[in-house]
Amino acid sequence: MKFVTETIVLAVGAFIALLGAAFAQDRLFEAHMWVLFFVLLASTLFMVRRISFAPAVATKSSQDDEGYFDEVVKYGVIATVFWGVVGFLVGVVVALQLAFPDLNIEPFLNFGRTRPLHTSAVIFAFGGNALIATSFYVVQRTSRARLFGGNLGWFVFWGYQLFIVMAATGYLLGITQSREYAEPEWYVDIWLTIVWVAYLIAFLGTIMTRKEPHIYVANWFFLSFIVTIAMLHVVNNLAVPVSFLGVKSYSAFSGVQDALTQWWYGHNAVGFFLTAGFLGMMYYFIPKQVNRPVYSYRLSIIHFWALIFMYIWAGPHHLHYTALPDWAQTLGMVFSIMLWMPSWGGMINGLMTLSGAWDKIRTDPIVRMMVMAVAFYGMATFEGPMMSIKSVNSLSHYTDWTIGHVHSGALGWNGLITFGAIYFLVPKLWKRERLYSIRMVNWHFWLATLGIVVYAAVMWVAGIQQGLMWREYDEQGFLVYSFAETIAAMFPYYVLRAAGGGLFLLGALIMAYNVTMTILGYQRDEAPIPGAAPKLQPAE
Amino acid sequence: MSILDKHAILERNATLLLVGSLFVVTIGGIVEIAPLFYLENTIEKVEGMRPYSPLELAGRDIYIREGCYTCHSQMIRPFRDEVERYGHYSLAAESMYDHPFQWGSKRTGPDLARVGDRYSNEWHVQHLIEPRSVVPESVMPSYSFLKDTRLEVKNVAMHLSANRAVGVPYTDEMLENAEADLKAQADPNADTSGIEARYPKAKLGDFDGDPARLTEMDALVAYLQMLGTLVDFSTYDDAAGYR
Repeated sequence: MKFVTETIVLAVGAFIALLGAAFAQDRLFEAHMWVLFFVLLASTLFMVRRISFAPAVATKSSQDDEGYFDEVVKYGVIATVFWGVVGFLVGVVVALQLAFPDLNIEPFLNFGRTRPLHTSAVIFAFGGNALIATSFYVVQRTSRARLFGGNLGWFVFWGYQLFIVMAATGYLLGITQSREYAEPEWYVDIWLTIVWVAYLIAFLGTIMTRKEPHIYVANWFFLSFIVTIAMLHVVNNLAVPVSFLGVKSYSAFSGVQDALTQWWYGHNAVGFFLTAGFLGMMYYFIPKQVNRPVYSYRLSIIHFWALIFMYIWAGPHHLHYTALPDWAQTLGMVFSIMLWMPSWGGMINGLMTLSGAWDKIRTDPIVRMMVMAVAFYGMATFEGPMMSIKSVNSLSHYTDWTIGHVHSGALGWNGLITFGAIYFLVPKLWKRERLYSIRMVNWHFWLATLGIVVYAAVMWVAGIQQGLMWREYDEQGFLVYSFAETIAAMFPYYVLRAAGGGLFLLGALIMAYNVTMTILGYQRDEAPIPGAAPKLQPAE
Repeated sequence: MSILDKHAILERNATLLLVGSLFVVTIGGIVEIAPLFYLENTIEKVEGMRPYSPLELAGRDIYIREGCYTCHSQMIRPFRDEVERYGHYSLAAESMYDHPFQWGSKRTGPDLARVGDRYSNEWHVQHLIEPRSVVPESVMPSYSFLKDTRLEVKNVAMHLSANRAVGVPYTDEMLENAEADLKAQADPNADTSGIEARYPKAKLGDFDGDPARLTEMDALVAYLQMLGTLVDFSTYDDAAGYR
């Protein structure tokens, strides 16, 4: 009797969505419930075809030889690649919309709706799936235990995909709380909370049932990422819905308090989702790929506690010179600058893990990718504290410099470390001797790196130029430029930025092809990377 | 034995590690955010602030729905160029009824904190329908569909009472008259004495150029035209508001 309960739950869910559509209090809720209904209906029909009424027998399908639950990790890797390509593609589209406004198609594909689609697709769909998949893989290996909770892993995976679909369709319909990186409305937030608690149970349960005496350092980061995101998500999304059959809710906080709560969340979505979680990836996949132990155990202890303690204070640097009280701004700035140190502690620990294996940067494109990721992490965590200094921020805030900073972190650090992890995981999970093509990894590396460098450099110039134009005075004491003139000046940069993003997308498409061919079991006939394998010496 | 060696205790106990890391990450938020709720000088006392009228609130919901905050800030910083370009720097009190706040983080377009009364209704409608017809350099998308979309008027009172639940001082009288006020504000022939009493300085009359229909364009323009107009800065004392 496989899948019977699951199918019934899905069917009931579809029926409830239908009721939601029928009794909706507003047009948007009705539309969104129809989306939910069709998604759940399709899932139900899919499950019905898979029901087997034969008595349950222990199958080995979802359990490989080592007893690890890797099937869900495989799905997670595929979802990561898929959402990555989608997120980067939408990114190129929104970049082009800024350069060529006629590409906006009202109402569903206007920039105001596609921009949250891009940010959420990249952060939560691409990054989130990468984190769930890698954390499930890492926690099982480092605990020498099977993932806790049986099918809970499947619930986390599919529940998270449902969250992504509901959030994405909601943005295009115009359902948003306008809280950056927390745009989904109250009912989607509640669903994510349920999924997230299941994720915590699966992860923590696996650690609890571990056969290793110590909890590995990667798992400290994953654990603090999961629990902190839960706290941030719940507090930041506190709101009162207008109706339980309507989309709209009003935030529990207002004005100043709301702003700081949101940026406490927003900055720590960066600090925990995009930093702590991804450091967990770094601490497992870099030592594995270069076959060396982590550089310093003590450094990892110090920088872990310092990082999670200090990150949470840094939110107010998003609100410099606003109506937020000065003491909070200054506190945020001071902690942001101090944060530089634990951030570089992590970078040093990652880079120095290569001690004695530096030649692998030359011979192994996957190591090269991971090292470049850590290098971008170092650069972004230097640039961030610098931009949080109030006088620097007075120029950079509201400009594209911020956008450039975010992308050198997101594309450089999060993107490249994820690509490295995917290239490590795919042959292992599907039991292939090697990737379809190592040379394509090299192509991906150079396209992605070039794309990021173009993107970041262009946005520096654009942001600083626009910031200076806004504040330029002539000899008589008049403002030199109207706002519209400063927009016109951005055009060449916006075009170049889209080109940089295009290069990055191209690299991701090559990865998607490479991963697909590897999974299908092909190996490209190609010359090895010079120096990759030690040459066999003829006998004396 | 160094203190770092004691870390092994945390590494062997998942519950301790969980509780420890959760404790560490709560401190910053408690120290920074919690005082904002009880320190009296967080929000200065200012004359003129009032809750949004039902039509303005509906317009604000459209502003949020369309993601205007992704390109427009509503927060003027206290710099010479910003004050000259946009008007008096923003006060904390001016967003005290904003659930959620709309300060924004990026100025792809200009700040809108004081855009009210700067342009005519006709200019706003034309600009929203085809931005480049009035500002050739603009990269703003067009929003012509707003003029063709009737404003949803049911549940108006429910929107107000949800706001009241989170602390906006809507009175019973405001709730009772919510739907009527919403319709009357955009109707040139309506009796508006009630609105003017309940929502001082509310902009009245037809906004979208079509008095016969109440559209989303009416609501959005009504909202834009009141932004930054409530506080009278000719009587505001900067020194008194200094925190």
